Amino acid sequence: MNIYVLLKKTFDTEEKINVSNGEIEDDGAEFIINPYDEYAVEEAINQRDAHGGEVTVVTVGDEDSEKQLRTALAMGADKAVLINTEDDLEEGDAFTTAKILEAYFEDKEADLILGGNVAIDEASGQVGPRLAEYLGIPYVTTITDLKIEGENVTIEKDVEGDVEIVETSLPLLVTCQQGLNEPRYPSLPGIMKAKKKPLEELEIDDLDLDEDDVAAKTKTIDIFLPPEKEAGRVLEGDASEQVQELVSILKNDEKVL
Amino acid sequence: MDFNFSEDIEFLRQNVRKFVREEVEAVAMEIEEKNEIPQKIVEQSKEMGLFSLGIPEEYGGLGLDMVGKCAIYEELGKTHNGYTTLIGAHTGIGSVGIVELGTDAQKEKYLPKMASGEWIGSFALTEPSAGSNAANMKTTAEKKGDKYIINGSKHYITNAVDGHVFTVMAVTDPSKGAKGITSFIVEKDFPGFILGNVEDKMGLRGSHSAELFFEDMEVPAENVLGEEGRGYVNALKILANGRAGLAARNLGSSKRLLEHCLDYASEREQFGQPIIEMQAIQHMLAEISKEIAALEALTYKVAWMTDQGQRVVKDAAIAKLYGSEVYNKVADLAVQIHGGIGYMRDYPIERYYRDARITKIYEGTSEIQKNIIANELKREMK
Ligand SMILES: Cc1cc2nc3c(=O)[nH]c(=O)nc-3n(C[C@H](O)[C@H](O)[C@H](O)COP(=O)(O)OP(=O)(O)OC[C@H]3O[C@@H](n4cnc5c(N)ncnc54)[C@H](O)[C@@H]3O)c2cc1C
Ligand SMILES: Cc1cc2nc3c(=O)[nH]c(=O)nc-3n(C[C@H](O)[C@H](O)[C@H](O)COP(=O)(O)OP(=O)(O)OC[C@H]3O[C@@H](n4cnc5c(N)ncnc54)[C@H](O)[C@@H]3O)c2cc1C
Repeated sequence: MNIYVLLKKTFDTEEKINVSNGEIEDDGAEFIINPYDEYAVEEAINQRDAHGGEVTVVTVGDEDSEKQLRTALAMGADKAVLINTEDDLEEGDAFTTAKILEAYFEDKEADLILGGNVAIDEASGQVGPRLAEYLGIPYVTTITDLKIEGENVTIEKDVEGDVEIVETSLPLLVTCQQGLNEPRYPSLPGIMKAKKKPLEELEIDDLDLDEDDVAAKTKTIDIFLPPEKEAGRVLEGDASEQVQELVSILKNDEKVL
Repeated sequence: MDFNFSEDIEFLRQNVRKFVREEVEAVAMEIEEKNEIPQKIVEQSKEMGLFSLGIPEEYGGLGLDMVGKCAIYEELGKTHNGYTTLIGAHTGIGSVGIVELGTDAQKEKYLPKMASGEWIGSFALTEPSAGSNAANMKTTAEKKGDKYIINGSKHYITNAVDGHVFTVMAVTDPSKGAKGITSFIVEKDFPGFILGNVEDKMGLRGSHSAELFFEDMEVPAENVLGEEGRGYVNALKILANGRAGLAARNLGSSKRLLEHCLDYASEREQFGQPIIEMQAIQHMLAEISKEIAALEALTYKVAWMTDQGQRVVKDAAIAKLYGSEVYNKVADLAVQIHGGIGYMRDYPIERYYRDARITKIYEGTSEIQKNIIANELKREMK
């Protein structure tokens, strides 16, 4: 089976993030594999181990994305592709990324493409579905279970906490949700082997694209951190007094009732 | 001079750091309470290859050099020291003897299973009558045909409970003193191998040290490790090899304590300001940072010297000695910076304070390190 994973480098939201002039500062930020993409890598490896074939991890990013690709190779993926847009593109959005990936997949015979359900940085959740549309293959988002028998695929999908069961067929694109699996830590021997695995680097030129073909359709006006949490309020008095006060706050101060 | 780690080592170390942060730190309190390392963490560590650090690649290990090993030990030092000791004793004194002195057949038999962590390694030298003066051991090994019959006991043996493969020193010729000692590879399933009492220790909870008894224990002659009569020298070599690694673990623990101190001192307010604004606290942080910087330079220098094939007897003893002093001092200052909470069991600082203490005792006490250093100084004068 030809399995592909769409992987994005994101900053670690567990670490401190600095914003200035409506942009997140790269300096000092820690970068990781988008956590939802880790589920995709893990699932791809498991599916390959069960059905045979090869796992290729693809990212649209910059030179530094190599580290995240190497991590995926260390986890057990077979090949990696870095589509480096650093020199060609100032800005991009979900359209840009999906358009580039469409060109990349044009001459590939992908049976299964896995991505994260959403990237924790910009949270568009669009790249996977857009790409599937462009490629004309079915897609299922937020999956929590994936069973493949021949061409037939049975999927459990998270629908706001409920489970929906979907039957579909290969070729297919899915986006992965928490609960699908528990991503492994790359083994140390895996890390040592990863540097010998092929990592291909492409630019949009290699995909017969130029800047205008993939120019972003949206513009980010501003980025800011959520306001700092204020101290909580402790209500006093007996239970009935507290309830009265709570209702009054919800009505008059917070205006939610 | 180049103070950078290779790209490989840097990548390994970042991955170990992530695992330690996300998985081991999460269960550190549980290890302390239950005096047991959760099996899930042990299994994950094995799958990651952490039990294989120094074992050559041809036997399924990572085959790291000393700098590489120390870089990983440093990361492992940044969490519960009981967990660190399980891996440290296995990858250090518990397996180094077989790696360095084993025959091809011994290596083929033991190292692959030790690299995967299926068989845990342990090192059994100390006896009630033979602590610092290890040559005074009473355990005997008598040759009978193609077997040795071992009788005697050991105590304080780390990994004795979980261990499968033991490097055991015993007297084969009582008339020759230290030159009459031989080292053996002993399996826990050999008839006559008996696990004794498990010690209740001040710290290093989750790591178990215990007594061993050997009652007419039969060991095949092919399990002699190195030459007969060289067991004492072998033991000293194995211990010397572990010293840089121990310094690296102490370095990691000291760095972790500094992180705790910086976090706490930034948050804790007294007299209307975070205590990190007070010069008394700043000076303690500076003192910690100074010691860490010195230990870091020393540790990796000794590791580098080892990899260059230089004689490191003196420098490794200095690193072991200084590493334990730094860790104890840093742990003491960390408790001080934390005030009352630094003394409480539901906060990790007092655990490091207790765990630091053993590093001045095991693998050669501080006094013994000073003896080694002085002997080397005298030797260098000649
Ligand atoms: C938690 C723990 C784990 C251990 N793990 C292992 C293990 O895995 N394998 C193993 O073989 N052993 C192990 N040991 C044993 C450890 O190596 C010994 O405890 C240590 O070498 C000291 O020996 P001792 O306890 O008999 O003290 P002693 O040798 O009796 O020392 C008592 C004091 O006398 C001092 N002293 C002794 N001789 C001299 C001298 N010549 N000059 C100056 N001062 C001297 C010592 O420095 C010390 O301060 C472990 C011990 C502990 C506590
Ligand atoms: C086992 C135990 C028993 C206790 N028993 C009692 C008791 O019976 N009754 C009682 O009332 N209390 C008791 N205490 C509380 C004890 O007195 C306090 O823990 C102690 O005064 C330190 O206060 P703190 O823990 O809040 O630390 P903090 O005051 O937050 O101190 C943290 C660090 O900041 C330093 N620091 C703070 N202010 C300054 C400054 N201005 N300049 C320089 N450095 C500064 C401190 O020296 C310390 O190093 C007990 C504590 C313990 C641990």
